[in-house]
Amino acid sequence: MRDQIIQLVYLAASILFILGLKSLTKPDTARRGMQYAALGMVFAVGGTLLHHDIIDYRFLALGLVVGTVIGWPLGTRVPMTAMPQRIAISHMFGALAATLVGIAEYRHQAGLHLERPVMAALGFEVLFGALTITGSFMAFGKLQELIPGRPITWPGQNLLNLALFAGAVGAFGYLIYDPTQEWAFYAMVGIALLVGVMMVIPIGGADMPVVVSLLNSYAGLAASATGFAIGNNVLIICGALDGASGFLLSLLMSKAMNRSFSNVLFGAFGSAPAASAAAGAGGVMKGIEPDDAAALLAYARNVIVVPGYGLAVAQAQQVVRELAEQVERRGGEVRYAIHPVAGRMPGHMNVLLAEANVAYEKIQDLEEINAAFAEADVALVVGANDVVNPAARSDKASPIFGMPILNADQAKKVLVLKRGKGAGFSGIENQLFFADNTSVLFGDAKSTLTRVVTEMKALG
Amino acid sequence: MDLTLLELYVFILAGFTGYLVITRVPPLLHTPLMSATNAMSAISLVGSLVVAGSDRGTLSTVLGTVAVVCATINAVGGFVITDRMLKMFKTGPKGGHTP
Repeated sequence: MRDQIIQLVYLAASILFILGLKSLTKPDTARRGMQYAALGMVFAVGGTLLHHDIIDYRFLALGLVVGTVIGWPLGTRVPMTAMPQRIAISHMFGALAATLVGIAEYRHQAGLHLERPVMAALGFEVLFGALTITGSFMAFGKLQELIPGRPITWPGQNLLNLALFAGAVGAFGYLIYDPTQEWAFYAMVGIALLVGVMMVIPIGGADMPVVVSLLNSYAGLAASATGFAIGNNVLIICGALDGASGFLLSLLMSKAMNRSFSNVLFGAFGSAPAASAAAGAGGVMKGIEPDDAAALLAYARNVIVVPGYGLAVAQAQQVVRELAEQVERRGGEVRYAIHPVAGRMPGHMNVLLAEANVAYEKIQDLEEINAAFAEADVALVVGANDVVNPAARSDKASPIFGMPILNADQAKKVLVLKRGKGAGFSGIENQLFFADNTSVLFGDAKSTLTRVVTEMKALG
Repeated sequence: MDLTLLELYVFILAGFTGYLVITRVPPLLHTPLMSATNAMSAISLVGSLVVAGSDRGTLSTVLGTVAVVCATINAVGGFVITDRMLKMFKTGPKGGHTP
């Protein structure tokens, strides 16, 4: 009877989770829907507490309390600009939880009798889990700039990674053949931890949206495998939803960069071809002073803002909105063009603009807005680089050739905010910055734009 | 039917459901989607709570308790931050489009 109640509670939780995800298809229903999902989580935890195996509530209460004490500030305090690393580190926590449960289950069940299907599930659980733990931690380190964001590569790297991966799979295969071999189990965990590190080291900052999505998917699959191992449907369902979401996002991100999964994972971005591409770009960047930029924007009817990672770095989202208000006050229209891989994770720019109170109807995707650039008076590029690089359309030698880009170069006038004269994070030169209709505002985006806004106000 | 096969059914069907629902999530909400699925992956609590609370030796209890801590961090932090984000997505004045 108790088991039936628990299963029904789990079913209710699963339904609430799916409803929660469905609500995310529209911004105005999203918040209520996620409250349903949170309620689902409360149900699932409550149901589990009735489980007849639980005889001692002290330690699980301790875990719940400590987790809440750490989790609450992580939810309320972390600034929106730090969302990519916040998401990366939470993938680590999720994977760690799944892996620890996997190890405990293995130890418990190995003492009884371990069936092969259960062993397979446990194997998948700790394999995906362990590589997600270290992979996410490395991604976190790169995004937080604890370790260099640039790709770190050396000769024979892919071969070494492949050998490591083969070792982990080999240990897994042996375990399915003979589940009692504990050394193989721990060897597999160890190698998988190493694979996670090695997998993320060669990946550059600009490719992080794909990696973070992929790790999201792995964390979900690890949770799902846990469900198989302990025969729990709500875990299987939730893990599958999570896995599907991460997989879909990484597909979308790869497509937005015109690259395959394997190319992102094995072909460190811009390592060799960057030099040849740099030779193609040339000329002089024309600088512009904030007061001239202010005059230009003051008389623009149609402005499109193209934000990139530089906007997040400079925390310039508020001042961009202030600038837009100045344009709108004079009867102009301002829209925001978001490239799918702008920033360091899917949707990064949208969250920052939403934080700055930009109405979401003004925020448009690549397909929606790209035709509008030809009619725009000014395209204002704030800390974006590769996503507006015309070489992606024309230069076959460029490492980003074929990637869909925002056609900022087609605007009548292009204003670029840039910290210095160097190439961007990817190290690829951008011909847009040298074009006849482009002027560059050098300096920190936030302080420069603040000066532009002040000048615009002074114009009356 | 074999129990494992039945679980495979559930997995595949849930994966499809997820794929179909999530395809319709607009890029605007991709970051909240990530943090939401993250919070939901804390469902591994249903496994870790049992490990932490059942009598299977000290090491299991320790592993289980640490797992409960990690999963709870995600559940609490994940749902709170998702809500914080979604609260920010506002429509323009009078709910209308720009002129």
